[in-house]
Amino acid sequence: MGILKQHGKLERNLLFLVLGIFVTVSIGGIVEVLPLFTIESTIEKVQGVRPYSPLELVGRNIYVREGCYLCHSQMIRPFRDESERYGHYSLAAESLYDRPFQWGSKRTGPDLARVGGKYSNEWHVRHLIDPRAVVPESVMPGYPHLVTTPVKGDDIAEHLNTLKFLGDPYSDEMIAAAKSDLSDQATPDADVEGLLKRYPKAVVGDFDGRPDRLTEMDAVIAYLQVLGRMVDFTAFDPATADR
Amino acid sequence: MTATDHADPYLEDIIKAFTIAAVFWGLVGFLVGVYIAFQLAFPLLNLDLPWTTFGRLRPLHTSAVIFAFGGNVLIGTSFYVVQRTCRASLFGGESLARFVFWGYQLFIVMAALGYVLGVTQSREYAEPEWFVDIWLTIVWVAYLAVFAGTILKRREPHIYVANWFYLAFIITIALLHIGNNLAVPVSVFGAKSYSAYSGVQDAMTQWWYGHNAVGFFLTAGFLAIMYYFVPKRAARPVYSYRLSIVHFWALIFLYIWAGPHHLHYTALPDWAQTLGMVFSVMLWMPSWGGMINGIMTLSGAWEKLRTDPVLRFLVTSVAFYGMSTFEGPLMSIKAVNSLSHYTDWTIGHVHSGALGWVAFISFGALYHLVPVLWKRAGLYSMRLVSFHFWIATIGIVLYITSMWISGIMQGLMWRAYDEWGFLQYSFIETVEAMHPYYVGRAVGGVLFLIGAVIMAYNMIRTIRGDVRVERSFEAAPRAVAVG
Repeated sequence: MGILKQHGKLERNLLFLVLGIFVTVSIGGIVEVLPLFTIESTIEKVQGVRPYSPLELVGRNIYVREGCYLCHSQMIRPFRDESERYGHYSLAAESLYDRPFQWGSKRTGPDLARVGGKYSNEWHVRHLIDPRAVVPESVMPGYPHLVTTPVKGDDIAEHLNTLKFLGDPYSDEMIAAAKSDLSDQATPDADVEGLLKRYPKAVVGDFDGRPDRLTEMDAVIAYLQVLGRMVDFTAFDPATADR
Repeated sequence: MTATDHADPYLEDIIKAFTIAAVFWGLVGFLVGVYIAFQLAFPLLNLDLPWTTFGRLRPLHTSAVIFAFGGNVLIGTSFYVVQRTCRASLFGGESLARFVFWGYQLFIVMAALGYVLGVTQSREYAEPEWFVDIWLTIVWVAYLAVFAGTILKRREPHIYVANWFYLAFIITIALLHIGNNLAVPVSVFGAKSYSAYSGVQDAMTQWWYGHNAVGFFLTAGFLAIMYYFVPKRAARPVYSYRLSIVHFWALIFLYIWAGPHHLHYTALPDWAQTLGMVFSVMLWMPSWGGMINGIMTLSGAWEKLRTDPVLRFLVTSVAFYGMSTFEGPLMSIKAVNSLSHYTDWTIGHVHSGALGWVAFISFGALYHLVPVLWKRAGLYSMRLVSFHFWIATIGIVLYITSMWISGIMQGLMWRAYDEWGFLQYSFIETVEAMHPYYVGRAVGGVLFLIGAVIMAYNMIRTIRGDVRVERSFEAAPRAVAVG
């Protein structure tokens, strides 16, 4: 075995060995990861997916902070039982503005990719405060502090700016209105015409049953209620949009 | 390997520090694991406080066992092995090695505090935020400098096979860590950052990282331990030099490709999923090549398994490695994965590797190291090592079988249809059905934790210089006439 005899050279020279390792472990990543950034068909062409509204974004960050992804996936696989249980299989386009993605890897609880609109705000409030009050067999932790923790959001424009820097299509108008959009989305009787134009299909109104206060509960529910609701499936044809 | 000369003695105090840190963090990590296992069986244990919910403690458990326990074992043993196989003291001396030690402990504490306070990137096994990532990068570069610098000043012509694996571990983890954690902070004074990638690309990058954290942190690094400590303990040469070479290059080449098997049937393009599956199945071969190389090293020394429980840990770990690396390729096949994904089967698979392979080979190496480092004739008690071995093994078996049953059962319940063509079970019915297995799993974890406590006790007594009076594992003594 001539090649194996040649191996002695690698064993005697640290630089050769290090370079050999570096090249060997780089190949797989270059072939599998990089093309995803350049192949256009990686993400389907669909109607309706937009960046998150300021309140949804704050809610999403709470979802990340609490580690919800450790028990809830947001990725419906293309199986009959999953589409009957959760809805249409998830599209790549639906997580286009997810930084980071929240597909998850374990379903201790159900998938949440299309939980938006399935339950009322009131149900979510009761469920998040004490899951076993509405689902006796649940093993989910309670999050009563969400309803007592206010959302300040003084730096919300900076969050949008950071996402814009990374390439998400937040306009100057969206960034300028970020602070007011944040509170307006959860304030009954607020003028939300501009907000709904900027963020179509955003769910507006009081979420947590405390119309006078903007709480983390408002933000989380605003996020949950938009999950899976953005894509217009009446205009979606897998044959033309698909990979 | 002969002793070094007096002008350039091996640095061993720092290895003692890594050994103590490994045992300490191991106990913390196992304890948190047991606690969150009970949380899934008895949700009241979440206490409904922000800092104690499953979602915040689970990353604490995974990071404590992988990076705190495993990391300290890896860095500590690598410093031990590289000095002896190169016949040279650590490059950079005591101070650089100490920086690596304290820098790494600071990384662990920053990461852990972050999880409890809700500072997380939500990338599995890469949860720490940007500032912690930058600190780890600095420490890691120092670690590479110590390790590679020591190899450069070696007084042996060849670089020993264990050091190839350590090098591959150090280099690849650096590459993965930087590639996966590219993010832009919202403010330099705040913890929050947003990932440079989004959606499908972000998912692929994360599992390119996530799978290879398994491949290079939990596999290549610990294979280095196997290649040094198994031959050392058995007093036999490595079974096959040629197999070592093939094992090494095939393993590190193939592993990197396997990430997409974490994303089967997701919105990741099919071509990437298929590549991930094919390479995962191929990975079975070098994995078993390595297992054979490790176990067959005992050729001619099999009887030592009976008399040396430390060697029993080392060899059983390699057997668990073989089992996990068979189960892994099986689960990466799309048809199997459609059942196993999102279920406890995955959790069971991870733990057969993490408890059976990673922890067992670590225990073996630590039991071997403690008397050597503290210059004792032997361990305080070999009987306790044996007891640790059995209680931990029973714990693992209970854990894995509970997760097999719950995982496969839940997967089948999700896809079950009744005679009218409706889904037979609501989701919550499947949650309810998991309860007995979650209790069984937690009990398995308790047994494993008890074993680790016994190990810590045994090591403390060894360090104090105590020797327990006990029957040895040597062959039964002959009857002697009394009187």
